[in-house]
Amino acid sequence: MRVIEGKVVVLGSRGVGKTRLVIKYINSTLHRNEEPTIGVSFFTCKIMLDEVKIKLQIWDTAGQERYKALAPMYYRNANAAILVFDLTQYKTFAEIKSWIQELHRNVQDPMILTLVGNKMDMHAERAVSRDEAHLFANSIGATYFETSTETDQGLEQVFLSTALGLVRLADEGKSRSLRSFQSCESIYKNNNTAFSHLNLDNGSAAFRLPYVHIGIPVDGEDVRTSGEGRLETPSWSIEHIALGEVEHTSWCC
Amino acid sequence: MEIEQTPTNVATSDTNSTSEYLDAEGESDPDEGVADGVDEQDDYYQEQEREAEAQRHSIISELRGELGTRTGNALSPDPGAESGQSKDLAASVESLALSASASVKTEDSGNTVDDEPDHDYQNDSAWCGQKKHIFILSEAGKPIYSLHGSEDKLVTLFGVIQALVSFVQHSQQDAITSIHARGIKFVFIQRNSLILVAASRTNMSVQQLQRQLSDVYNQILSTLTYSHMSKIFEKRKNFDLRRLLSGSERLIYNLLSNDSSSKRVSNNVFDFLTNSIRVFPLATSTRSNIISAIQANCSKIKDLVFAVLIANNQLIALVRMKKYSIHPADLRLIFNLIECSQSFKTYENWTPICLPIFDKNGYLHAHVSYLAEDCQACLLLLSVDRNAFFTLSEAKARITEKLRKNHCLDAINEGLQQPYNDAKLYEQVLSVPELRHFLYKPKTTAQLLCPMLRHPYKSLEEFERLEAVYCNILHRIHNNARPLKLIYEVREREIVLAWVTATYELYAVFEPIVDKATVIKYVDKLIKWIEKEYDVYFIRTHATF
Ligand SMILES: Nc1nc2c(ncn2[C@@H]2O[C@H](COP(=O)(O)OP(=O)(O)OP(=O)(O)O)[C@@H](O)[C@H]2O)c(=O)[nH]1
Ligand SMILES: [Mg+2]
Repeated sequence: MRVIEGKVVVLGSRGVGKTRLVIKYINSTLHRNEEPTIGVSFFTCKIMLDEVKIKLQIWDTAGQERYKALAPMYYRNANAAILVFDLTQYKTFAEIKSWIQELHRNVQDPMILTLVGNKMDMHAERAVSRDEAHLFANSIGATYFETSTETDQGLEQVFLSTALGLVRLADEGKSRSLRSFQSCESIYKNNNTAFSHLNLDNGSAAFRLPYVHIGIPVDGEDVRTSGEGRLETPSWSIEHIALGEVEHTSWCC
Repeated sequence: MEIEQTPTNVATSDTNSTSEYLDAEGESDPDEGVADGVDEQDDYYQEQEREAEAQRHSIISELRGELGTRTGNALSPDPGAESGQSKDLAASVESLALSASASVKTEDSGNTVDDEPDHDYQNDSAWCGQKKHIFILSEAGKPIYSLHGSEDKLVTLFGVIQALVSFVQHSQQDAITSIHARGIKFVFIQRNSLILVAASRTNMSVQQLQRQLSDVYNQILSTLTYSHMSKIFEKRKNFDLRRLLSGSERLIYNLLSNDSSSKRVSNNVFDFLTNSIRVFPLATSTRSNIISAIQANCSKIKDLVFAVLIANNQLIALVRMKKYSIHPADLRLIFNLIECSQSFKTYENWTPICLPIFDKNGYLHAHVSYLAEDCQACLLLLSVDRNAFFTLSEAKARITEKLRKNHCLDAINEGLQQPYNDAKLYEQVLSVPELRHFLYKPKTTAQLLCPMLRHPYKSLEEFERLEAVYCNILHRIHNNARPLKLIYEVREREIVLAWVTATYELYAVFEPIVDKATVIKYVDKLIKWIEKEYDVYFIRTHATF
C-alpha cells in the first residue's frame, strides 16, 4: 500500500469559514462553535484512494491580522494550501492575493493550491462572481471550488482535489517535503471522513470519485473529469504566478 | 449612571480644574475616530518583523539563547516615554469636542453594529443601569474596548476620559487614580499608551478595581506583547488597536464578567480578589503520579518551559523549567483562555501566548489540548521553540496514555463529575451548617481554597452580598495604611470573620445566629482539617522537569 503524507495549510481572512470547512469535512457534525481561531488548530484525516492512502495534516490558521506574522511557521513545508474566501465579501477575495504573494516568496517546493469560495448558500449577498474567481484561480494555477458549510456543498471536493493533487505531486517527485512511502498498514483503518466511508467497499478503480456523479459545483477548465472520475489539477509552482509587484520582505519565524 | 456628573470628590491633586473640565462641551468634528485605512497594513507587517527580532530579548530570548537557538538584540522601549505632543487643556477640549455628537448603543457583545447612530447613552437605562463599566482607550483617545455597549458609540465619553487623564497628567504632573461620585467609583490606570477605566457601583475597592484593570491590561499584552504594542503606538499614536485585538474580545469579556455585576454566581471572582488561583483537589498519590507522567515524557524536551494541566478552572499540576515559575496573574490568563475556548476540547491547538509577568516582550508557543475526549482536563505545553508542535503533540499523547493506564484520568473525572472532595469538605468540616462559605489562602502559595457556593449564596442577590462582604473585608485587611490582623463582625445577615496569621489568611462567613465562642470553635476545626488535608487542596511546590 502506498502512503502519501502531506501538510495542508488552510489560509484566508478571518471569518470566512476556514474552521467550519475543516470541521464539517472531518466530523460532519457541527458543534455550534463560532469562536475565532487562536493561533492554529491541527487536524489529521486520511483519504483512501484505492491504491493510495493519503494522510492529510491540516493546519487551520487564524485569519486574524495579528497572526499574519506567524503564518510562515504554519505554511513552512506545506505541500498544499487551501485558500478560503467569503463569496459575500469581496475584500476577503482580494486578500487571497496577498497570501499567494506570500507563499510565492516563502515556499520553494511545488505546492497544490485550492481556491475556495465559501458561503455559497448566501446567494443574495454574493459579491464575487464565479467567473472572476475562476479566472483568478487559473492565473495562480489553483483549482477553484465553491462551498457552503451550511449545506455541505462542495466540502468533499475541496479535500479530495487536494489529496489528488498530492498524489500527482508525489508522482512527479519534485517535492522534497512530501512524504511518500510503501506501508503494510491495513488499508481500511480510516473512518475519519465521509468520503472514506463511501469508499470502503469500493474495490478497484483508481481515483474513483463518487462525487463526480453528484456533480461538482464548479467545473472549470483546470478541473477535468474523465469517465472514471479522474481529476487533474495542475500543481503550483512559482512560474504559475503572474501577479506583478514582488515585494522582497523577509518574514520572520 | 451619569457619566457627566461633576465629581464631588476627586482623588487627585486638583479637584476644581478636573471638574471644570468635565463640564466642557464642544462642537463635533467628524474627522476622528474612524477606522484607519488599509495603507497601514504594510507598516504593520514590517513592524511585526522587527518586533519578532526585538522580542528575542529578556527571558524568552535568554532561554532561546541557552538552548542554542537564535538570540537577538535587546530592546527596551521606554514605557514612560511620553507621548510627545503636550496635550494641554485646549487640546483635550478639542478631542472632547470631536465626539460630542457620538452616542452609544445598548449591547453587550461589543459588536460594531451601527444602526442607531443617534442613540443617547445618557438616557439608556439599561446601559446606565449596569453595575460595572470598563472602558479601554488609547492615550490619543481612540476607543479600544467597552464592556457594555459598542465602544464606537462612546466616543464622547472616551473623549472626556482622555481629556481628564491628560489634563491631570500634563498640567498637574500627576496621575488620576479615582473619582468618586454618586456612589460610583471611577478608577483609572494608565499603561503603555493605554488608558483603562472602571466605573463601578459594586463593592470593589479602588485597589480591587485596579487589579481587575491590570488583569485586563495583561490580557491585552498576552495577545500582543508589550514591545509590539509600544512600537505600534510609538509609530502611530492614532493606531486603532481593535484591529489587532479582534478575535480576542471574548477573552477580555470573560475576564471582566467573572463577578456578580455580570450576573454570574461563581467562585471565580475570588481568585482575582485574593490574587491567587484554585487547585483541583486530588489525592496526593494521584497528583504525584500525574506529575511524574508529565516529567517522564517531557524532561527530554529541552525548550519546554512549562507544562500546565487544568480542569474546571483549577490547577491540577504545574511542571516548570528550573529557575522559572508562573505568576498567578499569568496563570489566571491561561485559565481565562481555556475557559472561553470551547474549541480546544476537540482539536489540538498551537498558539502564541505572552505571559506578561513571565516575559512581557515575547511569546511562548503553547500546545493546547484536552487530555482525552473522555477526560476534560486541558494540558498546555509552553515552549520557546516555535517549531516544537509535533514534539509536544507526541509528548501529550504519551502523557495521556500513561495517565489512562495508571487511572489518573479516572481520578480526574471523578473529581470533575461529582466534586467529591467538595462534598467531603462539606461533610467533614461543614457538617457545621453554620459555616456558609470561606476563603483560605496559605501565605506561602498564591492558592485559594473555597468551597462550592451553596445555599443561600446560590441566588444572585445573595451572592452579590457575599461578594460585597469579601470585597469589604479583604480591602480592610489589606489596607496599606492600617493593615489589620483580625476582623469579627456581626452583620444583619451573617457573621463575618477575617483572620490573617503568619501562615494563612482566612475569611469566613457564618450564620448570623452563632455566638462568638462557637465561631471560634468552628474556625479551629476548619483550620485543623485544612492542615490535615493540605496536600489534597494545595500544591506546596511546583515540580521541575
Ligand atoms: N451562511 C454561511 N455562514 C458560514 C459558512 N461558513 C461559515 N459561516 C459563518 O462564518 C463564521 C466564521 O466561521 P469560522 O469557520 O469560524 O471562520 P474562520 O475562517 O475559521 O475564522 P478565523 O478563525 O477567525 O480566521 C461563523 O459564524 C459561521 O457561522 C457558510 O458556508 N455559510
Ligand atoms: Mg477559524
